Amino acid sequence: MQFQNQHPDCNRPLPDATLVACLDCDLLQRIPEVPAGASVRCPRCNKELWRHKPDSYNRTFALTVAALVLYLIANTVPMLGLHAVGREAFTTVVGGAQQLWHDGQELVAMLVLFAAVISPALQIGFLLAILIGCRRERPPFWVGLLLRHLEFTRTWSMIEVMLLGVLVALTKIADYAHVILGTALFALFALVFLLAAIQSTFDPREVWERVEWAETEALPPANKKSSAEVVS
Amino acid sequence: MSALNPTALEQGLQSCHGCGLLSRPADGAEEGRCPRCDEDLHFRKPKSLERTLAYLMAAAACYIPANLLPVMITNTSKGSESDTIMQGVVLLWSPTGWPLSIIVLFASIMIPSAKILALLYLVISVKRGSIKNNSQRVRLYRMVEIIGRWSMVDVFVDTFTVALIQLQPLMSVEPGPGLLFFAAVVVLTMLAVESFDPRLIWDSANAQEIQDEVPNA
Repeated sequence: MQFQNQHPDCNRPLPDATLVACLDCDLLQRIPEVPAGASVRCPRCNKELWRHKPDSYNRTFALTVAALVLYLIANTVPMLGLHAVGREAFTTVVGGAQQLWHDGQELVAMLVLFAAVISPALQIGFLLAILIGCRRERPPFWVGLLLRHLEFTRTWSMIEVMLLGVLVALTKIADYAHVILGTALFALFALVFLLAAIQSTFDPREVWERVEWAETEALPPANKKSSAEVVS
Repeated sequence: MSALNPTALEQGLQSCHGCGLLSRPADGAEEGRCPRCDEDLHFRKPKSLERTLAYLMAAAACYIPANLLPVMITNTSKGSESDTIMQGVVLLWSPTGWPLSIIVLFASIMIPSAKILALLYLVISVKRGSIKNNSQRVRLYRMVEIIGRWSMVDVFVDTFTVALIQLQPLMSVEPGPGLLFFAAVVVLTMLAVESFDPRLIWDSANAQEIQDEVPNA
């Protein structure tokens, strides 16, 4: 039998690889081929199942490299400055978390650091590794591992929320002192748009169809052929 | 078996939350692993309602101190003054600052409470086997999922106010005890959203369809 070597609790793939179930309502359906830019939605609950994103790989790669550069700038130069009573003080994103830690709010400091610094770094890093791994003819298994956790880093990466917070804080402080906008603030602002653009160009389905399977024996030969066709 | 809306569960198939692959578990097995990406698979998120409810109760418990305790303490030469979230909203209200004041009011006070109530409604309606308003309920879930992260805004406001205003001995700001509770509300509600399985909304209706079809067959 074909599956005798595989791990006992491993599921078997279906002979028909086009069949999927909606993750929001479990409805079984097939994803049709649609023209570039069009999306496929679940007929029952209207969840977007797939969007055909043209030239996904190259566009996402370019945007991600740009995002990496902006991320590095945003976290090395000052973000905000304050000029009051003859003194100047600057802070970076990490500096904000540091001050909270210093004031005894260690848990909140870690949350701020995680949402504003660590998660975006993981998000950009994972994506770059995935795209570089995809250059191989059959992307290695770790590409799938990173892609599986990409959604988590996206959920917790909150740069856009942080920028709104900074805006509110600035409005409050402007009453007391003269505020100076640092270069990092502009880099972060651009980064928000880049991350949104990445979201609209990256097509995880394209990667999943090429990635090396966890259980290689489970992959039926017919499936291998069809996945190669989709990639071209 | 429902002919109108066949679901993966009825066909004994599991879809993967990691990669979207649909696969068939070993005979009689309730749990399995995705052959493509190695993710653990279940027909429904395990103990979804119980976990969602637990996170919601914890969030509701933290919501009270989050709103009653000060989130920021301002020390000046004249003494110290502490502000709760609501006082922060009021302070922000000015001829130029009122739009931001409304945003903070929404993000910090309305969204967390609306989120807790909305998820509570979803959990109760699923527990009672409701088959009505399925599309609206799943839309409500998606809205909660998208808007929820914005309640973090007040945590960032306080972080950067504290980081910038360190002009000792003239004026300095330090975080208050309410901040930890407020951050806990945001994180706990996000975990509650994550634990809820929207497919449960449709399961009662699916069961109903199967029942309705039996006499016709």
